[in-house]
Amino acid sequence: MTIDAMHTPRHKSASGDVDPTMSSVPATQGSSSIHTDEPPLVQVSELFKYFPVTQGLIIERQIGSVKAVDGISFSILRGETLGMVGESGCGKTTAGRTILGLYRPTSGSVQIGGIEINGIEGEDVRLLRRKAQMIFQDPYASLNPRWTVASIIAEPLRVHKLVATKAEATERVKELMLLVGLSPRLFNRFPHEFSGGQRQRIGVARALASDPQFIVCDEPISALDVSIQAQVVNLMEELQDKFGLTYLFIAHDLSMVRHICDRVAVMYLGVIVELTERDELYENPLHPYTQALLSAVPIPDPKKDRARQRIILTGDVPSPINPPSGCRFHNRCPLAIDRCSQERPEWREAAPNHWVACHLVV
Amino acid sequence: MKNDNLLLDVQDLRTVFHIAEGTVHAVNGVSFKLNECETLAVVGESGCGKSVTMMSVMRLIPVPPGDYASGKVLYRERDLLQVSENEMENVRGKEIAMVFQDPMTALNPVLSIGRQLTEPLRVHLGLDKENAQQRAIELLEQVGIPDPARRLSDYPHQFSGGMRQRAMIAMALACAPSLLIADEPTTALDVTIQAQITELVERLRDQLCMAVIWITHDLGVVAGLAERVIVMYSGFIVEEANVEAIYENPQHPYTLALLEALPRVDRRRHQRLKSIPGAPPNLLIAPHGCPFAPRCEYAYDRCREENPPLLPISPTHKLACWVDVSTGKPR
Repeated sequence: MTIDAMHTPRHKSASGDVDPTMSSVPATQGSSSIHTDEPPLVQVSELFKYFPVTQGLIIERQIGSVKAVDGISFSILRGETLGMVGESGCGKTTAGRTILGLYRPTSGSVQIGGIEINGIEGEDVRLLRRKAQMIFQDPYASLNPRWTVASIIAEPLRVHKLVATKAEATERVKELMLLVGLSPRLFNRFPHEFSGGQRQRIGVARALASDPQFIVCDEPISALDVSIQAQVVNLMEELQDKFGLTYLFIAHDLSMVRHICDRVAVMYLGVIVELTERDELYENPLHPYTQALLSAVPIPDPKKDRARQRIILTGDVPSPINPPSGCRFHNRCPLAIDRCSQERPEWREAAPNHWVACHLVV
Repeated sequence: MKNDNLLLDVQDLRTVFHIAEGTVHAVNGVSFKLNECETLAVVGESGCGKSVTMMSVMRLIPVPPGDYASGKVLYRERDLLQVSENEMENVRGKEIAMVFQDPMTALNPVLSIGRQLTEPLRVHLGLDKENAQQRAIELLEQVGIPDPARRLSDYPHQFSGGMRQRAMIAMALACAPSLLIADEPTTALDVTIQAQITELVERLRDQLCMAVIWITHDLGVVAGLAERVIVMYSGFIVEEANVEAIYENPQHPYTLALLEALPRVDRRRHQRLKSIPGAPPNLLIAPHGCPFAPRCEYAYDRCREENPPLLPISPTHKLACWVDVSTGKPR
């Protein structure tokens, strides 16, 4: 793995299944290109998000805090897909929401296209929302059941005053529905009349309505069947090619992350423990947690699955209210030494573009 | 420990639901056999009838609106669809146990784990309170819950997702059943916990010589676990084979499509995923022709007219398809 591998744009459409309408993109760049020559679109540095834990009904006092995100730093280039993986409760969803300003950060800085999110207020928030959108995990809970598809997709258009008339809004909604593979004839239907996969397409159309640059996808496919997952993932890739979108893809399905992401960050208890280019992570994982996580992923091949050595982690993720001292993973780590429980490992570049926080990595 | 004694023989099972909008054809003539100590995986998308089939085996379908329209469920040569409800109570939990997908809704939130765990022991095995308590502690220990004596008085909300599923498995194992039906037991869990649970079921299966039916929508999970795989679509079994054959030599276009739609953690990406176009059929419409034909890339005229029967193509491989996928031509 060399530095070059990181900077080579990924030619997703090498197999030739590109939509002909994408030919407007300069051929030299490929249909999907990561802009390595310009500053990153998203820059997160030392981001913290704590939630207070209180006691007492009338006189509330804070007795501790849930350290959901405990100092993470990374950047996402324009046109790139960064994967964020980890077990439930590792803080990946909180991280995604804090980055979009849906939660106010406890401290730290997030810049999206040069705009600082921490401390943003009023009209600036609205401007940010236009540029940065979200696709949610549960396609059942994230769509208002009493609104028609048309009003759901048109809401961002109304809020951001992107359309002048109702007719224009309807036109744009139909365009968006077509774009995500829904029949525009269905625009007056309600969410319950759609299947899970179709609902997730509605969520995608809504996210695209304000013409964003950056989309946080919070487990967008976990609630879907395998065959439908592939449909939604392919749609997201097509849209990325078409509009040069940048994704933060939050997931716990490591196989899908390997498929869709350019780089992957592994989170554990509020911190990123490893961050590198996708094939490097899957072929040469350095952190014991990443190794355990990867070894737990089932392989749809009976011989291979039976032959490999699984690292079974014992127990569950500890509470983020009182995270373990030193390295957060030390009490579940099969390789832990004394130093791990005393000293927090440094976040460093162990190999070119391969960042890891572990005392055992030389 | 292996033997070839037939444990379960399901013959032409049809389960329908009569609802206001018409009749839902959930299970359309399913037949399969299961030997003692064998592990069978049932794979398919939501709504393919895999859960309803197994609920029918346990006779857990509410009648009405449900209706066992035809078929036999022979468990050790006794037809479970014909026995009295009292006899069935003795089968459930004691002979056949079930683990459900969502451990939070399957457990009673207002009863302690200990209370829920000792109930089958006292009802089925007639143990007194003290012995049941003792056995419950052993069971929790067996499924790997630390400090089981103390955890017995905990309530489900005090357990994590993985621990709840372990408690469910402990409950299912309480009376040493001959058959464990696991309905997507790991779908709601993280990969690390999923690996813990599959490892646990594998270990207990080998220790207790228990037959296991593992229902899932993810072909990845069962590759290392099952001996035989049944693929279901729209209430029909479309393919049945040994686990190696399903993954290395899949014959039904649906099985093939399911495997191709799966991204692989062990391989570099080469191209876009292959998705299955369209959506599963509406079960309210009585099936006509092959149910997969509208989404199938190999389908031809006969597929739309006539539903292919499930026929053996080798001694261990059954298939319901008019097309030979290796050539793309009719068989």
